[in-house]
Amino acid sequence: MIKPGRPRAPVPDSIERSDGPVIHFESVTKTYPNQSRPALESVDLDVEKGEFVFLVGPSGSGKSTFLRLILREERPTDGRIYVAGRDLARLTTWKVPQLRRRIGCVFQDFRLLPGKNVYQNIAFALEVIGKPRRFIRKVVPEVIDLVGLEGKGDRMPDELSGGEQQRVAMARAFVNRPMILLADEPTGNIDPATSIGIMKVLDRINRTGTTVVMATHDAAIVDSMRKRVIELEYGKVVRDQSRGVYGQAY
Amino acid sequence: MRAQFIFGEVWVGLRRNLTMTVALIVVVAISLSLLGTGLLVVKQVSHTRSLWQSKVELSIFLCDKNPLSPQCQNSGQATKADTNRIESTLKNLPEVVSVTYRTQAQNLAQFRKEFASNQVFVKSVSPGDIPASFQVKLRNAQADAGPVTAAVTGMPGVDSVGNDSTILTNFYRLLDGARNAVIVVAVILIVAAILLVANTIRLSAFNRRRETAIMRLVGASNFYVQLPFLVEGMIAGLFGWLIAVGLLVGAKAGLDGFQNYFPFRAQLSVSDLVEVVVFTMVIALLLCGTTSFLTLRRYLRV
Repeated sequence: MIKPGRPRAPVPDSIERSDGPVIHFESVTKTYPNQSRPALESVDLDVEKGEFVFLVGPSGSGKSTFLRLILREERPTDGRIYVAGRDLARLTTWKVPQLRRRIGCVFQDFRLLPGKNVYQNIAFALEVIGKPRRFIRKVVPEVIDLVGLEGKGDRMPDELSGGEQQRVAMARAFVNRPMILLADEPTGNIDPATSIGIMKVLDRINRTGTTVVMATHDAAIVDSMRKRVIELEYGKVVRDQSRGVYGQAY
Repeated sequence: MRAQFIFGEVWVGLRRNLTMTVALIVVVAISLSLLGTGLLVVKQVSHTRSLWQSKVELSIFLCDKNPLSPQCQNSGQATKADTNRIESTLKNLPEVVSVTYRTQAQNLAQFRKEFASNQVFVKSVSPGDIPASFQVKLRNAQADAGPVTAAVTGMPGVDSVGNDSTILTNFYRLLDGARNAVIVVAVILIVAAILLVANTIRLSAFNRRRETAIMRLVGASNFYVQLPFLVEGMIAGLFGWLIAVGLLVGAKAGLDGFQNYFPFRAQLSVSDLVEVVVFTMVIALLLCGTTSFLTLRRYLRV
């Protein structure tokens, strides 16, 4: 069943908004240079604070572009994007890091630093934004516990299983308590049994009030979670269900 | 600002890039020491010039009893009247600062003093071989020599005019040539150093692309992302500079030693050396800092 786009709150003409959706797309089109077909085409959608959203669709449907636009790694060709109350079009380059501090990111390939252990990998995310060492010493163990890696702080990434590495990546993404967590196929390299554990961690993170947007191909996971599902096809939103499943056939 | 974190990153970067870093340090050291040597030579030449400027004299030799030159064979030995006429002519010239008459005996004594180290030379000269002369100090040793020489040449009693600065002119030409060659090589090497800095930083950025990707992702500011690389380039530059300082101290010692071959020592002072050393440090920091910064802007865009 296809639901029409949700009604949008009127957007005041200021850069910062404290209330309203954490992610707001307004007829966003993105065409990459030297390509005729847009990667995203007039996408309108809102993600509210604290929501858990699955982003599904075949490869090349625009899921990654959607995530990159939120991070402002790309700029839309047309339309407006608000993230955490900020109008991305008006965000100056030197303020982009501030935006990214409010967004955590998890990827299919974990992207851990091989030369650092679990604790150091997580602490790195805080060190580079200039957090004091006392703060780091306090929050890193907390988040290691939260993702279920108690006692494994001094392990190196190559001593961990795929599922454990992804937990480290989630801890690193969450350690600065972001408003939004973006997960791009977080279970793509992980077997189904381990994936359940990953989803439990994501759910735990979501319960702290963090909005989670997860792009995935994993039908079983989407079906079991019964969360909001946004389906993209050829760059267009073809489905937006509040308690959806992966395929339309159900 | 967490210095410990930045320097940790810098250390990792320098170590991973060891061969490039060593090449960079060597090239910076050589180019800076050549540039500094060029500057030392510039200072040396101007020192020497101003020191010698005050000592250079025109020697107007007078005909004596046994004339050798055709000029003296015509006019014969300089008479008292000839000598007085020459002296007053010289004193009336505006270019002349002072005129001193030196007898044959005085000139012989002076000759023996200057060539004291070469006794064979001293013994071959007997009293009466060296004529009496007027020693003339000029306002400007370079420019005034011509007109003064022209004014007295051909006067009865004048044998020949000797000019110390003709010898010096050749010497200056040699020094200037050496200085120019050193500076040209230094500039070429500095260009090489700039390219090496750019390459080292690029390699370093490539080696640490994982770290920088994560830094950007978690919202590290440009400052935090770029500073380790900037510091890395500057530290390599400073190491090169330190080596160059050693080489420059050596170069100054060499120039000082060179002075032993001349009658007047025109040594450079320590403050001259310090000035050159500080200047090369500024060059090193500017060169490495600016190049790193410009390279980073290309390779580490947010």
